[in-house]
Amino acid sequence: MSEENPSLQGAVCPLPLRHHNKIVLGHGSGGRLSHGLIEDLFLPNFDNPVLQAGNDAGVVQPKPGIQLAVSTDSHVVWPIFFPGGDIGRLAVCGTVNDVAMMGAKPLYLTAGFILEEGLDVSVLARVTNSMRTAAAEAGVAIIAGDTKVVQKGKADGLYINTAGVGIVTPGTQIGGAQARAGDVVILSGPIGDHGIAVLQARGELGFESGIESDVAPLNHLVAAMLDSGEPDNPETGIHVLRDPTRGGLATTLNEIACQSQVSIFLDEGSILVRRPVAAACEMLGFDPLYVANEGKLIAVVAAEQAAGVLARMHSTRYGKEARIIGEVRASPPGRVLLRTAIGSTRVVDMLAGEMLPRIC
Amino acid sequence: MKHLSEYRDAKLVQVALQQIRRTVTRPWVLMEICGGQTHAIKRHGLDQLLPAQLELVHGPGCPVCVTPLEQVDKALAIASHPEVIFTSYGDMLRVPGSERDLFSVRAGGGDVRVVYSPLDAIQIAQDNPDKQVVFFAIGFETTAPANAMSVLQAQSLGLDNYSMLVSHVRVPPAMHAILGSAHNRVQGFLAAGHVCAVMGYWEYPPIAEKYQVPIVVTGFEPLDILQGVLGTVRQLETGIAEAQNAYARTVTFEGNRAAQEVIAKVFQGCDRKWRGIGMIPDSGWRLRPQFKAYDAEQRFDVAQIQPQEAPQCIAGEILQGLKKPNQCPAFALQCSPENPLGATMVSSEGACAAYYRYGAREFETGQPS
Repeated sequence: MSEENPSLQGAVCPLPLRHHNKIVLGHGSGGRLSHGLIEDLFLPNFDNPVLQAGNDAGVVQPKPGIQLAVSTDSHVVWPIFFPGGDIGRLAVCGTVNDVAMMGAKPLYLTAGFILEEGLDVSVLARVTNSMRTAAAEAGVAIIAGDTKVVQKGKADGLYINTAGVGIVTPGTQIGGAQARAGDVVILSGPIGDHGIAVLQARGELGFESGIESDVAPLNHLVAAMLDSGEPDNPETGIHVLRDPTRGGLATTLNEIACQSQVSIFLDEGSILVRRPVAAACEMLGFDPLYVANEGKLIAVVAAEQAAGVLARMHSTRYGKEARIIGEVRASPPGRVLLRTAIGSTRVVDMLAGEMLPRIC
Repeated sequence: MKHLSEYRDAKLVQVALQQIRRTVTRPWVLMEICGGQTHAIKRHGLDQLLPAQLELVHGPGCPVCVTPLEQVDKALAIASHPEVIFTSYGDMLRVPGSERDLFSVRAGGGDVRVVYSPLDAIQIAQDNPDKQVVFFAIGFETTAPANAMSVLQAQSLGLDNYSMLVSHVRVPPAMHAILGSAHNRVQGFLAAGHVCAVMGYWEYPPIAEKYQVPIVVTGFEPLDILQGVLGTVRQLETGIAEAQNAYARTVTFEGNRAAQEVIAKVFQGCDRKWRGIGMIPDSGWRLRPQFKAYDAEQRFDVAQIQPQEAPQCIAGEILQGLKKPNQCPAFALQCSPENPLGATMVSSEGACAAYYRYGAREFETGQPS
C-alpha cells in the first residue's frame, strides 16, 4: 500500500483487501459493491444514454408520442415460500414496480424459469399460480416465457427472471435525477418487513415474529398518485419515484441524492418501522434503514403538491400509511442526513457490502 | 418497544444533557470500552450534544477488531480444508487476514457459514457427521459462556467432529494496559455493560483505586450512555475514583455466576495478542487441557502460522484511544467498509466503521467520499 502511494507511508492499516478477482455475495446486495460492478463493468460495455440515466427501468421513445418503460429483474430468493409471499409473487411485483417507478403503466411481462433437476412439479404449480394472482392484481399479462432445466446442484430449486414493458404518459418527467431543493420526501409505509420476513423463513431469527413480507404490486398506487383529477392541470409535482428494495431506504435515498446532486434530510421520528421488525433488527444488530422492502415506494414531490399526493396515496390499498419523512436541500450534494429523535444529525450512508449480523 | 423506547426518550435525553452541562467545569477525556457503545454514540450523534470539554475516545472493545492476525490466518487455513464446515459470527467473514478473508475462501469453494450461536454449529456438526465442523470462538466475556457451553454440549453428545478456534479476550487486562501506558490520556471509563452483565464488576474497584480513575458500568441506549457519562464526570469533578453501576437494570456486582462457572470450567487464562496493540499478559482465555480434543489449532496443525502485522498500522493507536479514526490519512479515501484496510473499518462495532457510517468524515475531515 505504502509503495503504491507514498503519501500514506507511516500511517496506514496494513492489509488492503479488494474483491476484484471474484464475485462475492455483497456484489448482489444493491449497495456500493453492486454499484461498482455497474460502473466498472456494465456501463462501459453497454453504454447508452438510457442506461446512463440509472433508473429502475429504461425509458425509450421508439417513435414520437410513444414512450415505453422497460425493465428486467431476476429472482433467486431462498426459501421459495416465505410469510406473505413467494418467489412467483416477488417476480411479478418486482418488475411491475420497476416499470411503475418511471410513472409508467405496466402492461406486459415475460417470465424465464431456471429449474433445478428434481424440483417438485407441485412447487412450480404453486409458484405459477401465485404469479397468475399477482399479475391479475397488477392488471398485467404474461405474454412470453422460457424454461431451462439445469443439473441437480447447479441451481437452488427455482430462479425466475421477468421483464416488463409499460407505457409512459406523454409529458411525464419522473426519474432519479429530478429531485430539487425544496421538495419533500414521501414514504408509502413502514419499512423492513420483507427482509425480516425472509430471514424468519430461513430460520435465522431463532424466534417467531409473525412478520409478513410486504411484497405487492404498486402500479395502482402510482396511477392514483399521478392522477391529479384535473384534466386541464395534470402536473402532480412528482419528481422521483423509487421502490427501496435491496439495500433498503438508505441505499435508495443515497442513489437519488447522487443522481440529483442534492442532499436529503430525514426525520428519524417520521419513518415507520413495525414493532416486531424493530425488535428483530435490535436483536440482530440490523438497521431497518438498510433492510429490503418489496411493497413500498419513495416519492420526491414538490412541497406545495405533497398534500394532494398524500391524500391520493391514503385512498389506496398500499398507500394508507404514507407519510412525509424528510426534505430535499441543495447541499451537501449527494448526501443523506438524518435528524435523530434526540436532536442530533448523522449521515445515512449506502449499504457497503452484505448486511451482517453483529455478534453481541 | 418496551425497555428500549424509554431509554431513547428525547425529553429525558435533554434532562440528562443539562445535568452533564451543569456538572462539567473543565476538559475531561473519557473512554467508552465497548464498540457497541461507540456505534450508539455515533448513530445517535451523542458526541454532538455533549459539552465541548468532554472528549470521548473509543476503546478496544470490538471483538472482531482485536482478533489477532494470526488467528484470522489460522481460520483461513482451516476453512480452506475440503472436509471442513467453518462456522463464524458474520462480522468475521470480512476481516482481512494476511492475503484473504473468509468471504474469499467461500467464493473459492470453501464451506463457510454464518451462525448466530455456537449451538447452531453443534447442530451442523450433528447433521454432518462426515464433516469437521469448526467454530471461530472470538469475543470478550460476552460470547465466552455460550462458546464454553458448546464444548460441554459436544462432549455430552459424544461429537468427535466439532472443534473451536479460540481467540477469547478479556476487558480488565486491556484496561490495565491502557492505564499503564506512558501515553495514556484516559481519565475515566464507561465500562462495557454487556461484559459486566456476565462478569459483574467486582474486577473494577481495584483498577479504579490503583490508577485513580472512575469506572462506571454503562449501557447502550442514549440515556444509558449519558447516565454513564454523568456518573463518570461527577466523580472526576469531585475527585472521586470508584467503580459504579449506571446499568443496574442488567448488571449486578457479582454478575451471572452460572455463566462465570461455565467459563471457568472450560477456559483458562493465557497471554493473548490483540490486533494493533500487541501482547497483553493474561488477557485471553484458551481451552483447558482436558478439552484439547476440541481445540481446532491442535486438530488442524496450524500452530506454525505466525504472520507479522505491518508495523505502520494506526488501528492500534485507535484501539488504545490515542488517535481518532479520521486522523488516519487513508480514512474514507483508500479505506472504507467495502474496501477495508484494517479490522476497525470492518466490524459493525469497529470505531472506523462507526465514523464512516455515521458521518464524521465530511464534518471533521472535509473530505466527502
